Order: sequence, then C-alpha cells, then structure tokens
Amino acid sequence: MKRRALLPALLLLTPMLLGADEPMLVPDVSQREVEIQYSFTGADLLLFGAIVYPDGRRPKKPADIMVVLKGPDQSITMREKQKVAGIWVNADSARFRSAPSFYAIASSRPIGKVVDERTAAIYEMGVDKLQLSPSSLNDSAELDRFQKGLIDLRQRSGLYVEQQGTVEITDGVLYRARLPLSARVIVGDYTAETFLVQDGRVVAAAVRDITIRKSGFERFMAVAAEQWPFFYGLVAMMLAVGMGWAAGAIAKRF
Amino acid sequence: MDLYLPIANLSVNALVIIALGGVVGLLSGMFGVGGGFLTTPLLIFYGIPPTVAAASAASQVTGASVSGVVTHMSRGTVDFRMGGVLIAGGVVGAGLGVLIFRLLQAIGQIDTVIGILYVLMLGGIGSLMAKESIQALIVLKSGKKIQARKRRHHPLVAAMPMRWRFYRSGLYISPLAPLLLGVATGILTMLLGVGGGFILVPAMLYLLGMTTQSVVGTSLFQILFVTMATTMMHAMTTHAVDLVLAMLLLIGSVTGAQVGTRLSMTIRPEYLRVLLAAIVLLVAARMALGLGFRPDELYTVEVR
Repeated sequence: MKRRALLPALLLLTPMLLGADEPMLVPDVSQREVEIQYSFTGADLLLFGAIVYPDGRRPKKPADIMVVLKGPDQSITMREKQKVAGIWVNADSARFRSAPSFYAIASSRPIGKVVDERTAAIYEMGVDKLQLSPSSLNDSAELDRFQKGLIDLRQRSGLYVEQQGTVEITDGVLYRARLPLSARVIVGDYTAETFLVQDGRVVAAAVRDITIRKSGFERFMAVAAEQWPFFYGLVAMMLAVGMGWAAGAIAKRF
Repeated sequence: MDLYLPIANLSVNALVIIALGGVVGLLSGMFGVGGGFLTTPLLIFYGIPPTVAAASAASQVTGASVSGVVTHMSRGTVDFRMGGVLIAGGVVGAGLGVLIFRLLQAIGQIDTVIGILYVLMLGGIGSLMAKESIQALIVLKSGKKIQARKRRHHPLVAAMPMRWRFYRSGLYISPLAPLLLGVATGILTMLLGVGGGFILVPAMLYLLGMTTQSVVGTSLFQILFVTMATTMMHAMTTHAVDLVLAMLLLIGSVTGAQVGTRLSMTIRPEYLRVLLAAIVLLVAARMALGLGFRPDELYTVEVR
C-alpha cells in the first residue's frame, strides 16, 4: 500500500520540482464537508478551479482536465455465483485489499484521447484502471473477471462513475466539473484530485480533501449501535413492544 | 418521501416501507402469523442488505404479536408453562443461530442457505396448509363431516424421558419436546428474521398434540419473547438492527395488524386459510425460482 502510493505521489510532485515554467492548478470544491442526514439521497459535488500558466501564456493547443474523486479504500471479498446442482450458489471468490469504496472521474474529452494506456494506469484514470491489489491466489483471467464484475456492480449502484467529456473549460483557464455522490457512499475521508494534461502528459496536479460524515440523529444512531449495543437493542425491543401495545389499545376504543 | 437509514447506509422511500409493513401487518392480523416470512424477502428485494433486513424484521414481528398476546392472555388461552419451555429453547436456539450465522457468513453461503431454508420451510408448510384447508373447504361445501383427527402426540415425543404436566395444553409429556421445538424456531428466527409461528403452530398441533384453543396464544407468546431476544442478539453481535427501518415497518405493521384482525372476523376461517396457503406457496415459489434462475447479480461484495 505504502509503495503503491509513493509512485503517484512522486509523479504529482514532479511538475512542482520543475519550477515555475510549468502551469499550476488552483482547485476547489463546492463542499469540503458532506453531511449525511435523514433526507440524504446523494449529492452533487462541484469541482472547479483555475489553470494558472506562467506569465499568463496559454498554450496554443488547449490542455485537458481530469477530475478524480475517490473514497476510502476497502478490503473486500468478492463472491461469484455459479450453478451447482441446479441452484445458483456462491462458488468462486477473490479478495482485494484496496478497492475504493467510491470512485468518480470526469474528463474534458474521452479519457482514451487525453492520455495513453500507460499514463492512465499510473494515475488510475478510469474505472478499468483501478489498482485493487488482489490478495488471493486466483489466476489472472479470474481476477480480471472479478474486477469487471466489481466495476459493473458498483457502476450500476452509482459508486463508480465515469463521465467522459463533461469537464467544461472556459477560455482555457477556468474549469468546472460536476460529480454525483450516490446515497450509498460510506463515511470517511475522500480526495478530489485534479490533473492538467498537455499532449498526453500530466503537467500539473492538485488535491483537495473532502470529508463525508453522518451528522445529528444519523450519526447518533450509527454510534449508538456500535458503542452501546445493549441499550440500542433494549430501545429497539421497547419500541416494538410499546408500539404494538399502543396500537392494540387504540384499536380497542373504536 | 426519502429517508436515510443510518445502519443500512442507504436511503429508502419511507412510504414504501410503511406500506410494506402495513401489508405484512394486515396478513399477520388476519392469519395470526408474525409475517416475518414476507418482510425479510421483501426488504432484501428492495435492496436492503440481508443481515439488516433479518435483524430489523425481527423487531417488527415483536410489534405485530404484542396485541395478540395481550388478547390471548386475557382470554386465558396462553399456556405459560409450555410457553416458558419454548422460550427457553428459543433463546438457546437464537444463540446457536448467531454461531451458524457467523459460520455461514465466513464461508459465503448465508444467502443460499437462507434461500433454501425459505423454500423448504414455506414449501413444506404451505402445501400442508393447502391440502388441509382445501379439504376443509370441500367439507364446508358438501356438508359432510370428516372424522376429527384424534389428538395425540407423536410417538417420538412419547418416548422422551421425564414428564411434566401442561394443564392448559392438556398434555403430560416430556419438556424436552417443546424445548427442542423452541431451539429449532429460535435458530430460524435468528437466520431468517421470521417469528417461527409457521413451524410452531403445526408442530404444536401435530407433534405435541396440544389443544387447539391454546396453540395460537402460546405460540404468539413464544414468538414475542424470542423475537425480542433475537433483536437483542442482533444488536449485540451483528450491529445490524436499523431502528429507523424497524420504526417504519412497525408503524405500518401495527396499524395493518389491527385492520387485519377486524377483517378476519368478517371472513370465514376456511377461506382465510386457503388464502394464506396460497400466499405462502407463492413466496416459496418465488424464492425457488430465485435459486434456480440465473440471478441478476452474479457478484456480491463483502467488506471486511
């Protein structure tokens, strides 16, 4: 995990180490904190910012922007159903150590036209480029199948999002992208990375952190269920008995 | 009206869940069953994680059975001694259920086992009920009386050592028999989120040979306490009880149960039982198809 994180980190640093000749990104997000409340049905995050070129010189060929929003990594077990003796049961399984719980990417043009395969793989640009770190002994064809299954599943539940060509760039210096957060997102620290790509090369990158947390009643419930399970269970029991009894008592009056 | 469920981690349409609880409550009021056998599969079908569905459905069954127990207690149709033994077994069973639940979860077969259990249980009991209720209907139509089945317990029950008197049930049998029955239903309650009235009522009638009057009251009494214990065990072990979800289900089901009770007084019990048998068989068939057909989702993700 450490080593894997180091490579992109170094690459992110390169443009800065090269000095003031390279352009810079000044990114921001519409919400640094997303609160999950009783009416939470998902949210739209606006990721926007400015591209600052040295001396204000804009290149002749317009640059591209990619925005990646990533949730906390999870260690997961995936199971695949197969038909055994007439019924569908979980047969094969694979484990992945670092599957992002949420991943959304937006780009100003189709990803394949902006960067080549190699660059896309390095920066994890695109749902099919996610590095999931398999930790079980499956052969590569199997892992491939599982990875495709995961992507398909999560794309349909809105946890993995790919929106190619949706980043708007105004006058070559201002960009904005809108990414949907599904209602199924988990709480935790998210990162919003922005990449400036020129001629298939990442020339600038910047990161903003976003925190997603439950608030108020929802937070209280989640904490109570974990921290005070006995009282939580007691409340659930009393609630059920109380409501059942009350309904009976009310019904008797009519 | 969307509402976020803090434990299930997703938002649901509150009205749909209340309606679901209402329909289940209606049935439970009409037929005197808890209705958990419908709640859990419907919740899973709606997209609630199976564990959360089973854990929260148990508390709905509690709510649905309370007023029934109160009524039966005032009529004196609860055998407390029998109920106590059943509950003791039920709590042990729920404890065993926790272990089985964890084991199955670890090897990834919990969904399949839940599915198969549903098909076997509902299919078996549904056909039994269908056969009997249709016979009853024929009797009703033709006016002929079939000879009443002689009330007696199963030879296996008679062979068990140590005998207790259960006055209200009109029995002198070994307490081990109801204890084992309690254990079996406790396991089912934990795994499936059902009350177990389905298994209990026929087993009390045909295996133990209890008097018909005390069967329903005593089984409701057992269901009430075992579902409470199950809710507690889920809260302590799986942390999967979603109070918001349970609340929504309860609002629907306690109201539905009252309406159902009124309705049941206006319909002939023979027709009611045919109807219930049909519903049970329908659910069983749906679950069986679910096992046999290629599922929509081949993959499942489990976070560790």
